[in-house]
Amino acid sequence: MMLPEQQVLLDVPESSATASTENVSGDSGGPAVVIRGLHKSFGKQIVLNGVNLTVKSGETLAMLGRSGTGKSVLLKLIIGLQKPDSGSILVQGQEIASLDLQEMTDIRKKIGFLFQGAALYDSLSVEQNIAFPLKRHTEMTKSERRDRVKELLANVGMESALKKMPGDISGGMQKRVGLARALALKPSILLLDEPTAGLDPITSGEIDELILKLQEEHDMASVVVTHDLLSAKTIADRIALLHEGNVLIEGTFQDLSKSDDKFVLEFMKRDS
Amino acid sequence: MSHNVSIPHRLINQDVAQAPSVVRATFSSLWNPFNSFLEWFGELGIFAWQVMRASVRRPFEGRELMRQLDEIGSKSLPLVALAGAAIGAVLSLESRSSLVRFGAKSMLPAALVFSIIHETGPIVTGLVVSGRVGAGIGAELGSMRVTEQIDAIEASGVNPYKYLAFTRILACVLMLPLLTLAADFCGVLFGWIADTLADPISFTKFIHRGFSGTSFSDFLAPTFRTVVFGLIIGMIGCFQGMRTQGGTAGVGLSATSSVVLSSLFVILADVILVKMILVFFP
Repeated sequence: MMLPEQQVLLDVPESSATASTENVSGDSGGPAVVIRGLHKSFGKQIVLNGVNLTVKSGETLAMLGRSGTGKSVLLKLIIGLQKPDSGSILVQGQEIASLDLQEMTDIRKKIGFLFQGAALYDSLSVEQNIAFPLKRHTEMTKSERRDRVKELLANVGMESALKKMPGDISGGMQKRVGLARALALKPSILLLDEPTAGLDPITSGEIDELILKLQEEHDMASVVVTHDLLSAKTIADRIALLHEGNVLIEGTFQDLSKSDDKFVLEFMKRDS
Repeated sequence: MSHNVSIPHRLINQDVAQAPSVVRATFSSLWNPFNSFLEWFGELGIFAWQVMRASVRRPFEGRELMRQLDEIGSKSLPLVALAGAAIGAVLSLESRSSLVRFGAKSMLPAALVFSIIHETGPIVTGLVVSGRVGAGIGAELGSMRVTEQIDAIEASGVNPYKYLAFTRILACVLMLPLLTLAADFCGVLFGWIADTLADPISFTKFIHRGFSGTSFSDFLAPTFRTVVFGLIIGMIGCFQGMRTQGGTAGVGLSATSSVVLSSLFVILADVILVKMILVFFP
């Protein structure tokens, strides 16, 4: 219980303080990811320079920006693969910088991550790749795991690839399998790093449709890093444009289209 | 006679101005490699601590450990056996002429067995495995690092230090003594073959003469010395692999550095451990 003096010092109304506690507990309805004043540098190169961003539960946020603006770094910071120089990242109300290994593992179980190159484990078959997190984080029997893997592969249209090795399937198929693996633990947050990069337009369209279908079915918060404006327009509720280490503009695709900022205009021109 | 050599002031000033920068350059050329070396050791220490911490946490990756035992142990066996056999045959041929010259031909089996068990078997196994396995681990983990597979493991909530590093290091530690036994056996066997081709002697007699002067401690300490070799090979291979940077070129560099560093440290450890064995098992 907060003392009245503390309340005054913090200048926070009691109702707001209660709402904030609800978010920290990770209740549904609160934002899935809250980023405040995030800084990240590699040597002398400043990549993120005080980024503020909120991803609401159930919404899809597309991150756009030129190459090297730190979009992928931001995803890795959210899942704790990299440490920020300063700033705060709250995932379902939990500050990830202060978590110990077990708490971090618990958070990671709630996040699905599709890597840019799918990052399938090349010594394991497609089935073993998808079963990898299931085997370690669930009490499922072997047959239950197999059923779940088949169900996930059916979701992404890859039932026939069960026994194949990652090296034997195409890039688009690898992305689908990567997506199935990301969804294995039924995450509440999905991070997608360039899901359509390097794919032909038809396969890109198929992946977009797949992401839309999965979002409808699973009601997850998603952060999609992409260079593909058409893809962002199709799958995102909201778009954030990163420029010079910060979020230059955020809003719907229409909001961005109406912007009179020179950089935004230049960026959006690619769509026309 | 006076030498009136006039040096232009401009040149003197230039030399004086350049002197501190030359000193600085010399100092930094000496300091930078030393600093990198200290940094490398520091990072290796942190890596070892993380692996040790991860190793005591459940679940234990039994299946991956079995896969690594097969990969590191069974698949290294032919090469280790061949190396042991070649060394045994060469030692037999080389020693024979020397011993015959001094009229000590009958000492050949004992000299051969003593030499193989004490030094040749363990060091040859250590170097052969550091070449084959060190490069393999460095390249595999390096490739996993640059293709984000290690990040994917971590993102799945699985500790890569346990799943990837600890299983490989433990497999190296467990397999090195067994591979050394195989190398010792092949060395003695082919030493006998080389000897018996020149001067026929039964295998039983050869073994009896060879092992007559040796005790269990002669055999135990050098073989278990290879546990340390296994630790070095596994640790350096995993460390170099998991810190790979810079795409395929980085993978190649990790594989090479894993072999070079693990071979170097195996040789250094051998010198230290031989001295220690001589002290504790005189």
